[in-house]
Amino acid sequence: MFNSLSDRLTATFKNLRGKGRLSEADVDATIREIRRALLDADVALPVVRAFTGRIRERALSEEVSAALNPGQQVVKIVNDELVGILGGQTRRLNLAKRPPTVIMLAGLQGAGKTTLAGKLAHWLKSEGHRPMLVAADLQRPNAVNQLQIVGERAAAYVYAPEPGNGVGDPIQVATDSIEVAKSKLHDVVIVDTAGRLGIDEELMKQAADIRSAVNPDEVLFVIDAMIGQDAVKTAEAFLDGVDFTGVVLSKLDGDSRGGAALSVAEVTGKPIMFASTGESMKDFEQFHPDRMADRILDMGDILTLIEQAEKNFDEKETEKLKKKVEAGEDFDLNDFLTQMAGLKKMGSMKKMLGMMPGMSQYKDQLENFDEREVDRVEAIVRSMTPTERSNPKILNGSRRARIAKGAGTTVTAVNQLMERFTQAQKMMRQMTRGGGMPGGGMPGGGGMPQMPGMGGMPGGAGGRKKKGGGKKKGRKGGQSGNPAKRAQEAKELADKRAGKTKDPVGSAFGGVDLGKDEEFDPANLPKGFGGIFPGGKK
Amino acid sequence: MDQPIILLIVAAIVFILVVALGISLRVNAQKKGLRDKHSIDADVTGELSIDEVTEAVEEEKAEARGSEVPTEPASRLVRLRERLAKSNTGLGRGLLNLLSRDNLDESTWEEIEDTLILADVGVDPTTELVDRLRERVKVLGTRDPEEVRGLLREELITLVDPTMDRSLASTGAGDDPAVILVVGVNGSGKTTTVGKIARVLVAEDKTVLLGAADTFRAAAAEQLATWGDRVGVETVRKEEGADPASVAYSAVERGQTDGADVVLVDTAGRLQNKVGLMDELGKVKRVATRPLGEGHDIDEVLLVLDATTGQNGMQQAKVFAEAVDITGIVLTKLDGTAKGGIVVAVQRELGVPVKLIGLGEGADDLAPFTAEGFVDALLD
Repeated sequence: MFNSLSDRLTATFKNLRGKGRLSEADVDATIREIRRALLDADVALPVVRAFTGRIRERALSEEVSAALNPGQQVVKIVNDELVGILGGQTRRLNLAKRPPTVIMLAGLQGAGKTTLAGKLAHWLKSEGHRPMLVAADLQRPNAVNQLQIVGERAAAYVYAPEPGNGVGDPIQVATDSIEVAKSKLHDVVIVDTAGRLGIDEELMKQAADIRSAVNPDEVLFVIDAMIGQDAVKTAEAFLDGVDFTGVVLSKLDGDSRGGAALSVAEVTGKPIMFASTGESMKDFEQFHPDRMADRILDMGDILTLIEQAEKNFDEKETEKLKKKVEAGEDFDLNDFLTQMAGLKKMGSMKKMLGMMPGMSQYKDQLENFDEREVDRVEAIVRSMTPTERSNPKILNGSRRARIAKGAGTTVTAVNQLMERFTQAQKMMRQMTRGGGMPGGGMPGGGGMPQMPGMGGMPGGAGGRKKKGGGKKKGRKGGQSGNPAKRAQEAKELADKRAGKTKDPVGSAFGGVDLGKDEEFDPANLPKGFGGIFPGGKK
Repeated sequence: MDQPIILLIVAAIVFILVVALGISLRVNAQKKGLRDKHSIDADVTGELSIDEVTEAVEEEKAEARGSEVPTEPASRLVRLRERLAKSNTGLGRGLLNLLSRDNLDESTWEEIEDTLILADVGVDPTTELVDRLRERVKVLGTRDPEEVRGLLREELITLVDPTMDRSLASTGAGDDPAVILVVGVNGSGKTTTVGKIARVLVAEDKTVLLGAADTFRAAAAEQLATWGDRVGVETVRKEEGADPASVAYSAVERGQTDGADVVLVDTAGRLQNKVGLMDELGKVKRVATRPLGEGHDIDEVLLVLDATTGQNGMQQAKVFAEAVDITGIVLTKLDGTAKGGIVVAVQRELGVPVKLIGLGEGADDLAPFTAEGFVDALLD
C-alpha cells in the first residue's frame, strides 16, 4: 500500500517517454494507476470515478497530444485538477457585520471538535477577537469539563451553564449563549456540539435545531483526515442535516494521506478552510491545497521535510553548525552525532527518504531498509574518542580496529562509514564554498556518487517548479534550451548513470528535473525555498 | 538562511547512512532482472507447460484406474481445472479458459470489487480476493452471481478466520490481577471502550480497577472516572501531565493490594507517527506490570480502531503492534455507515484478531466480534 502514485506513474511513463504522443491505451494504463493511487489515499470511490473521468478526457484532448512531454503533462493535469477541487475557493472566515459572529462546529464522534474549538478560539484571539466558547456537547461524559480546560488554555471565556453528561438541553444552551455573548461583548461565539453519526436522525435533527436557533455565520464540519470510504456518506448526511459552510480537516499531523479532503470537497462543493495539525493550541493553520494535493498523490514533500526538520532539530546546535560551516570549517563527527539525534526525532528513516522527491521509486526496497542500520552507525561513531570525532583524519589501522571492536562490527564497516563521511564532508565543503548554490542548483558533482538513479526522477515531479531542490548537473554548460535535445541529453545521462555507479549523479535531493530550466526563477519558489538560492540564479 | 543548512545536513546524514543501501538495491534489481529473464525463457519454450498438463491428466487417469471408487466425472473436471489454474504457464491458462466458460460479465465483477473497496477493504486485498474468486469461479464453472457472492462470503470468512480465539484475557496468573492496556489514535474511542469493558466485567462479577493513564487530554481522567462511577468501579488517577507510566504502575499496584481481578489501563490517544509518544507507550507497557513481579507480562493490549478509518488503519495497527505488541483489536463506531473493512487486511497481515466491536454511545453497546456477522455487514 506504499506504492505511491509517483513511482507507479514513473514506471508507466518510462515506456512512454520519447513517444511523441499518448495512445488511448497509454492513457488507460495511466488512469488505472491514478485510480489506484487515489483509492489507496482513501479518496471515495464515486469521487475517484468522476475524477479519473475528467483526467481521461483532458488527457486525450489536444492539450496533451500537443504537449512536448505527454507524461509530465498528465501528471500536471492530475495535480491541477486536485488543486482545483481542493482549493477552488479557499476563503477566510465570514464574520458577521454586526457581532457576535456565530461559528458552529459539527462532526462525528472523535473527529476533534472540542480540541478544535479551543484552537479556533486561540487563533481568533491572536487575530484580535474576543471569542467565547459554548459547551453544547452535553452528551459525552465530561465533554463540558474538557471544553472548560481547553478554553482556559486558549484564555477564552467558556459559557457552560449545564453540567453535561446527558443533562441539559443543548438547543437552549446555544440560544442563550448569543445573549450572553452580547452582554459580555464577545464578538465571536464558537458553539461546540456533540459528536453524532450521519444516520442518527434524532441527533441530526437536534443539530439542525441548534443551527436554526443560533443562526450561525459559519458552520464548520470537522472531519478526521484518516477517514476512509465513509467520508462521502458522512459529509452528505451533515450537509443535509446542518448545511455546513466550510470544512476543517483534523489530525493532519498523522501519516494518513487524507484522501477524505478530496472526497468531501468534491461531493459537497464546500471549501476546506482549516487544517488541524497537532495537539497543542497553536497547531492550527489555513488549509494549503497544493500541499494536500501532493500528499494525496504521495509526492515527495520537501516543504514538510523542512518544516519537520526545523521543528525537531536543536536550533542552537544548528546555528552553531551553520556558523562553523560558513567559516569554512569541516563538518565533523560530533556534529554528525548531534544532527543525527535530531534526524531520529523526525521519525523513521524510511519515511524521511520517502519524502524526498526522486526516492519514491525505491520505496519497495526502502521498505526493507533496516532502521537499526542507523543505530549501528551511531554505535561506530560512539566508539570513537572525542578527539577522533573532531579530527577523523587521525584514524589509523589500529584505531579503526579498536572502534570496530567497540561497536561490535568489522573494520570494513568502519572504513565504509569513514569513506562515506569524507565524501559527505567534501560535498558540504563544496556547497558552502561556492557562496551558496552555484548555478542555481546544488553542486553535487562528485558529491553524491554511488547513488544510482537518484538524479532525475522521471516524470513524477517534473514540470512542477516548486519542488526544484536542484537541477541536473554533471555538465558545466547548463542544459540545452531545446526541450527535445535536453530530454535526449537527460536520457543519455541516465544511461550513463545506470551503467556506471561511480558516475556523479543528481543533487542531494534527487535532482528533480525542473523540466523547463530556462525559465527557472527563484521568485516562483514558495517561501520555504527563499534561502536556498541566495542571489537568485547566477 | 537556515533552511539550506538544515537541508544540507539532512542530506549529508541521509547520504552517510544510506549509500550502502543504494548499492544493495542495484544488486538486488540486477538479480531480479535475471530471475525475470529466466521465467520468461521458461514461458517461451512452453515445454514445462505441456509436461505439466500431461502430468495432470496422467494423474487423473492413475487415480481413476486405482482400486478405489472412481470419483465423479464432474468433480474430476473441477480438479483438473484446479490444477490448470495453479500452473503458471500460458498453455495451462489457455486450457483452463477453454475448459471453463466464465459467463459472469465484467459488471458483476466490478460490482463485487466496488462493494469491497467501499467497505475500506483496500485496493490490494480487494484485487487479490477478486482474482482468487475469479479463479474459483472458473474452476467450479459457476455462472450465477448469487452463487459468486456466496463464494465471496466464504472467502472473506476464511480470511477473518472464525476459529481464532477472541476472548478477552480477563484472568491473571495466580492471584495477580489481569492487566489490560487500551491504546489507539486520538478520538478512536479508547476511554469509552474502557468504560464499556469495565461494565461487561462487572456484570461478570469481577472486581475491576481503572487506571487513567491518559494524563494528556483535558478532562480525560474525569471522563473515565464518570464511566467508573456509573458501575461503581474505582479509578486510579493522578494530576494532569503526570507520567502515564507511573499512573499505570500505581493502578496495577493498587489492583494487587486490593485483590482486583482486572486492571484496565486507559492511555492517551496518539498518532502512530509520533515517535516520542510511541516510545512513551512502550514504557507504559513495560512499567505497568512491574508491581506483579518478574515474568508477569501484560495480559492484553487492545488497539481501538475507528471503523471509519480508511487505509491508514493498516499503518496504525502495524506501528502499534511494533511498539506494544497488540493482542486484540476493538472496532468502534460500527453503528454508523462505516464498515471497518480495513480490519480484514489488518488481521491478514498481523494475525491479530478483532475481539470486540463498539456499536454506539450507550453504556452497553459493546459486543463480541463474530466473523460471520461482520462479513455479512461488509457485503451488505
